[in-house]
Amino acid sequence: MYQYDTHDQAMVDARVAEFTDQVTRRLDGTLSEEQFRPLRLKNGLYLQLHAYMLRVAVPYGTLNSRQMRVLGNIADTYDRGYGHFTTRQNIQYNWIKLSDTPAILADLAGVGMHAIQTSGNCIRNTTADHFAGAAADEVADPRPYAELLRQWSTFHPEFDYLPRKFKVAIIGSETDRAAMKLHDIGIQVVKNAAGEEGLRIHVGGGMGRTPMIAPVIREWLSPLQMVSYLEACLRVYNRYGRRDNKYKARIKILVHEIGADEYRRQVEDEFAHILTLGLEPPAAELDRIKAQFADPAFDPAAPDAIDRSDPDFALWVDQNVHAHKASGYGIVTISLKPVGGIPGDASADQIRLMADLARDYSFDELRVTHAQNIVLPHVRKADLYAVWQQLDAAGLATPNLDLIGDIIACPGLDYCSLANARSIPLAQKISQRFADVERQRDLGELKLKISGCINACGHHHAGHIGVLGVDRKGVENYQLLFGGSEGADTSIGSIIGPGFSEDGIVDAIERATGVYLARREAGERFLDTWRRIGNAPFKDAIYG
Amino acid sequence: MSAERFKILTGNDLLTGDVTWWTGSNWSRHVNDAAALGEDAATIIAVEEAARRVVSAYVIDATRDAEGVRPAHIKDRVRAVGPTVRLDLSLRADDPAATTWIA
Ligand code: SF4
Repeated sequence: MYQYDTHDQAMVDARVAEFTDQVTRRLDGTLSEEQFRPLRLKNGLYLQLHAYMLRVAVPYGTLNSRQMRVLGNIADTYDRGYGHFTTRQNIQYNWIKLSDTPAILADLAGVGMHAIQTSGNCIRNTTADHFAGAAADEVADPRPYAELLRQWSTFHPEFDYLPRKFKVAIIGSETDRAAMKLHDIGIQVVKNAAGEEGLRIHVGGGMGRTPMIAPVIREWLSPLQMVSYLEACLRVYNRYGRRDNKYKARIKILVHEIGADEYRRQVEDEFAHILTLGLEPPAAELDRIKAQFADPAFDPAAPDAIDRSDPDFALWVDQNVHAHKASGYGIVTISLKPVGGIPGDASADQIRLMADLARDYSFDELRVTHAQNIVLPHVRKADLYAVWQQLDAAGLATPNLDLIGDIIACPGLDYCSLANARSIPLAQKISQRFADVERQRDLGELKLKISGCINACGHHHAGHIGVLGVDRKGVENYQLLFGGSEGADTSIGSIIGPGFSEDGIVDAIERATGVYLARREAGERFLDTWRRIGNAPFKDAIYG
Repeated sequence: MSAERFKILTGNDLLTGDVTWWTGSNWSRHVNDAAALGEDAATIIAVEEAARRVVSAYVIDATRDAEGVRPAHIKDRVRAVGPTVRLDLSLRADDPAATTWIA
């Protein structure tokens, strides 16, 4: 894992001191709210429905156990004993006091963390494949590039006031576990026939009001030119992205309006110019970063066999443990989706337990997934049972990864000031309706995603089943979408018909699963069946 | 009989972020303490924000029924109580009717 050097630490410490002063000046009246608001947002501090909410950046979703423990301690010391892991691989605290914020940021800085650029029209925290550096199917580790992007984008003065916020995702395998094509920039690390690493660059994807899949803008880019090329991509956007209408200000609209070919041409022109300026960090810097992401000392003699005699454990292994690149190891995903629970929420004790498990069993590493779960990336198969027992005792061993119970849900109207409808109670009802894990497994992979408004933090466009909360004359109403995906087969879901009440949509989803069960062919997921037979049979069953 | 409809003022405490309601002379965390506004909302907001007793204050519609003051919009009813999914943390922690009141 990357360790802060003195420059990184000095920057974060300076920011804590600066914000501490700004909070003091706000509290003594030197700064008005109008003056202070953009400053607090620069530090991830929002005012939500019930209190201040602090969003803490988890760089490309990667944490060590000390960092995770501090996240748990913050939940206890300054919040109400829990935190919420988000689809941006971050964590949010819902009950923060303004006066506590400097102390929280200082605690975070003590373990190389911060809340910088988790809000505002800047380059946000880069997200990445949560199995990076561990997955058996990985072509190359995307984390060194994600770290370089973090360094490049942090406090980048030219891109501090873009037309809109800007999100970058990076993956290093064909399996897209980061919804890469649904980001402003999506990067895939690839290898050519000679085994050299290159970057495939997608630009202009996104969800929100106008969902779009990012086209490929460059098939192959030398990693030693990544910063210059992204600088060019952002520069063209900063120059021509619309500032007159916030709903048309994301880069996807620019790329769509001028066309991918014209956007590419302009980027290439700018790129050629930037190359003459020598902005690219030296290759030695990328090498320095790469060295920090070297594999941990895997035991080549680690046994491959797993004792599956405990059926509950075996079920969890089948569902929540993925193939690791090192023999004798597995990737554990800890589901934060217990039956009837709040997707993404974890108590302070649970957060600290996960930190302990990472320290004891996973080379001190954890990941936050965009599906609001936590990963222990490197667990010896021989240790899986011990890990499972501790997770199970803490209510963290729900065997439902990628099943209908593994629901993504944004905070919705229970917390979010932009919401139209509540997301979480709906997720709870669906998860209770499908509580039987064998029933879930029979339904197979089924990604259900819920957003409380069109901003799509719950990725509803990318759900095999998506739900969008709307406000119908002051009453919560839910639209149902089918056919979205965020994997290698990325697609945008479409609304099936008129909306539903909260109970009505749970019934509609159940009827849709009935159609799938009746019509599926061998090996088909819900999404595959829907793609093959289309909307009509589902509509008939739902609206009758 | 249609419920009496009137305007009330709400915001958040600057220091704690707590949701607060204007009582006519001060701020309360309880929506039932909210007082009907006269014409002077803009002045109250200006004075109270300048005094740093409130932040992001705004005027909403409300009605009064047997249970007390009821904000017209669901968003403000959620604010008045707390998250429906964590009623244990809300102002009506022991009240099973709280969710019905909100929705
Ligand atoms: S999708 Fe809407 S309701 Fe949900 S968290 Fe985002 S802004 Fe809030």
